[in-house]
Amino acid sequence: MTVIPLGVPRRLLEFTLDGEPVRAPEGSTILDACRAAGKDVPTLCEGDTLTPKNACRVCVVEVEGARTLVPACSRKAEPGMEVRTDTERARHSRKIVLELLASSVDLSTTPKVAGWLKEYEAKPDRFGPDAARLNEEPKVDNELYVRDYDKCILCYKCVDACGDQWQNTFAISVAGRGFDARIAVEHDAPLTDSACVYCGNCIEVCPTGALSFKSEFDMRAAGTWDESAQTETTTVCAYCGVGCNLTLHVQDNEIVKVTSPHDNPVTHGNLCIKGRFGYQHVQNRD
Amino acid sequence: MDLHFGDSKPTDEEKAAVDALLGPPESSWEGAARDEMTAADLRWARGGREARERRDLLLPGLHAINDRIGWISEGALDYLCRRLTVPPAEAYGVATFYAMFSVEPRPATVLHLCTDLACAAAGAADLCAGVEARLGLGSGVSVRRSPCLGLCERAPAALAIKAGDPVRTAVSAPATVERAVLAASAPDSAEEEPPAAMAVPQAGDPSLTLLGRVGVVDPSSLDDYRAHGGYTALRRAFELGPAGVIREVTDSGLVGRGGAAFPTGRKWQATAAQPDRPHHLVCNADESEPGTFKDRVLIEGDPFSLVEAMTIAGYATGAHRGHLYLRGEYPRALRLLENALAQCRARGLLGDDVLGQGYAFDIEIRRGAGAYICGEETALFNSIEGYRGEPRSKPPFPVEKGLFGKPTVENNVETLVNVLPVLTMGAPAYAAIGTDRSTGPKLFCVSGSVERPGIYELPFGATLGELLALSGVRDGLRAVLLGGAAGGFVRPDELDIPLTFEGTREAGTTLGSGVVMAFDDTVPLPRLLLRIAEFFRDESCGQCVPCRVGTVRQEEALHRIAERTGAAAAGDIALLREVGRAMRDASICGLGQTAWNAVESAIDRLGAYE
Ligand SMILES: Cc1cc2nc3c(=O)[nH]c(=O)nc-3n(C[C@H](O)[C@H](O)[C@H](O)COP(=O)(O)O)c2cc1C
Ligand code: SF4
Ligand code: SF4
Ligand code: SF4
Ligand code: FES
Ligand code: FES
Repeated sequence: MTVIPLGVPRRLLEFTLDGEPVRAPEGSTILDACRAAGKDVPTLCEGDTLTPKNACRVCVVEVEGARTLVPACSRKAEPGMEVRTDTERARHSRKIVLELLASSVDLSTTPKVAGWLKEYEAKPDRFGPDAARLNEEPKVDNELYVRDYDKCILCYKCVDACGDQWQNTFAISVAGRGFDARIAVEHDAPLTDSACVYCGNCIEVCPTGALSFKSEFDMRAAGTWDESAQTETTTVCAYCGVGCNLTLHVQDNEIVKVTSPHDNPVTHGNLCIKGRFGYQHVQNRD
Repeated sequence: MDLHFGDSKPTDEEKAAVDALLGPPESSWEGAARDEMTAADLRWARGGREARERRDLLLPGLHAINDRIGWISEGALDYLCRRLTVPPAEAYGVATFYAMFSVEPRPATVLHLCTDLACAAAGAADLCAGVEARLGLGSGVSVRRSPCLGLCERAPAALAIKAGDPVRTAVSAPATVERAVLAASAPDSAEEEPPAAMAVPQAGDPSLTLLGRVGVVDPSSLDDYRAHGGYTALRRAFELGPAGVIREVTDSGLVGRGGAAFPTGRKWQATAAQPDRPHHLVCNADESEPGTFKDRVLIEGDPFSLVEAMTIAGYATGAHRGHLYLRGEYPRALRLLENALAQCRARGLLGDDVLGQGYAFDIEIRRGAGAYICGEETALFNSIEGYRGEPRSKPPFPVEKGLFGKPTVENNVETLVNVLPVLTMGAPAYAAIGTDRSTGPKLFCVSGSVERPGIYELPFGATLGELLALSGVRDGLRAVLLGGAAGGFVRPDELDIPLTFEGTREAGTTLGSGVVMAFDDTVPLPRLLLRIAEFFRDESCGQCVPCRVGTVRQEEALHRIAERTGAAAAGDIALLREVGRAMRDASICGLGQTAWNAVESAIDRLGAYE
């Protein structure tokens, strides 16, 4: 979370990061320290507003004395730790993880991943043409958002955002296990028959575009989605007195989707159905 | 939390199954029908915190429905969720995690046919084909190929489960097509299982410590247990006091027998010292490692010893509640344990005042539902708590935050049972058995190409060759799998490996949970390796990428090279190594970290694809 709650100042602890001594506030993760030191460690399942689930394992680093690599996103820094972020061993695991992901799901709408694939020289094709893939059809069962689980990396972010970390609606969870595990609502029903309240907080945290606005999904299908032509304007939601911040994404003078700033200390990027999806009245010019 | 329930209704039968576990609903808020609403229901709502604290009844609830009906319908699941205030999506996620449950309609009888290593070597493929030919569609039996059923000494094995009130089970092992079909169609009249002692070729040998009572006592009788030395260890524990017990266990050098070989005394001490309360004790009787069946034999042959040992462990570590997580596929062990608990409660050996010493302790049994991963200690906590059996990331470690977030000791059945001789003979005498760093007696699960498969008890330090000689290894030995599917293969010329933790480590392999599976040269090695890969792919929880996808990619590569050797296999072997290395380094838990061990050892030590 970018917002540091005001409180007692935290004590600093010292450890070594790639051979350099660094100081980090007590309770920081290795990833926090890396970012503070300007080091780039790839992350996919880590979310700035969520408790790390450390499921994707692209952020692994080497910690002196540990039998296995450790996830930088969730392992707390400890005094005296010796951490190395860029060893052959860590790079090898990241490369394989990227290959495994890219060979099984569609990462075409996952930001930054193309760069990492190149940087780590990942070759997802080398598992052969018969490598099992998710191969799922997008689930389009309502007018607000689309679930395209062919792009899902099972990062658990949407489950956590819908469940006990933010929304407390618990409309989705992981069902099945192993390679057959999927995000699903109860009884694998359509969204419209589920407990979903369409707050869209799951879309807000989804790192891959597996969950997206119907508007974005349709425009991508039509070939008209163009992020470079979009502007973002942050304003205040006018529906109720809570006053959440809305970021309007506008392309060709039309709102194409609505997000919310994660560093807002009250809402942390969460909205309700009205703020997230109720924007048509703004552009109804009749 | 504002839960949403669909409009599927449970049938009377499904409702009865849930109510038999939870009692009838007290109000419409808890799932009673609208027309049963009372005036009081309109004024107050129960649920909330009180109901949420019963989330751990989710797994027993799913079992209740599955046992009665044979599968779990939407209406039944929603009703259970209402009763427990569990979101249906989460309960659906839990129900679909376990292999023994189905959320699709299926016949009331399910016949599990083991296709794992020992059974495969004993003709499981023919058995499956024969049974499937006899029990096709419309037979009222759903035939399922299953991972190891823990009956490897009697391979090939079959387990029939017929839903109803009560649920009926029958085991057929060694199974023939005829007997497996009979077990499925008429479980009540299927032949009886041989007593546990039949799995102990050394039974009756006076030098046995852990297995000394197996075949000697009546496993259903507390009196008989006491007549054979039962409950002397607990009396000694009360004399020593908790700290004294932990000192003895520490001095005995006992290390865990569940696979990870962690010093038991240190674990107990670390938990006992935690200020946070309550403390919990968990006995890991999930035993799903292919080739492992020692915990089953111990429980079936001497169930009271486990109850006594858990009581001692609870006393030493300050726990008043013991949770016994038993593999779902062990119906006879379940019956014997339930009987043992009932007798101990009736006689004041469990309950508010154990042996009149002012110590309160009781044990609750939780049945697994077909998931190897639930043997991993933190996955087991999630499973008991009513969540998906996915491992948690460590730290924090269980001694600090375990079951229900409280300090928890978790031990394997065999580890716990070792505490009895530690206390009765004293730490020095116990530590004198075995070697310096591997003390005490050890159980080995021997199966495969041997004349006398079963559980063997030997002091640590005996060699692999000695054990195999004892069990009558057959001619033409090709390979031995040590430590189960997560362990490694060794060659027939390596039989002088000492069976100790340090000895196997030095030899570049592992003792794991004590599995010793012998394979002669009639067993096709590539087929075995494929089976191991398939096992891990099936059993991965799916949480982390290296394991979830890595196990699939490894199985694919092994399929590609099943019939190939040399240069034709080299590319895929290189791929296997690269993926295996990342799985070992970057997976969250031991499953992903060890999934590649056995195959790697077969390539490196046996020259599997040369
Ligand atoms: C995938 C996996 C499966 C496991 N299965 C079992 C099991 O079935 N029984 C068991 O006692 N330990 C099992 N373990 C080991 C436990 O996590 C844990 O180390 C053990 O129960 C601790 O008890 P101990 O100290 O008495 O050995 C398993 C570990 C992993 C990683
Ligand atoms: S749908 Fe998106 S947020 Fe949810 S698990 Fe998949 S990738 Fe993660
Ligand atoms: S997003 Fe919802 S809660 Fe927030 S101000 Fe708008 S209407 Fe109110
Ligand atoms: S290693 Fe495998 S079993 Fe363990 S957490 Fe990861 S996916 Fe689950
Ligand atoms: S970002 Fe750390 S494990 Fe996914
Ligand atoms: S019971 Fe079949 S391999 Fe163990």
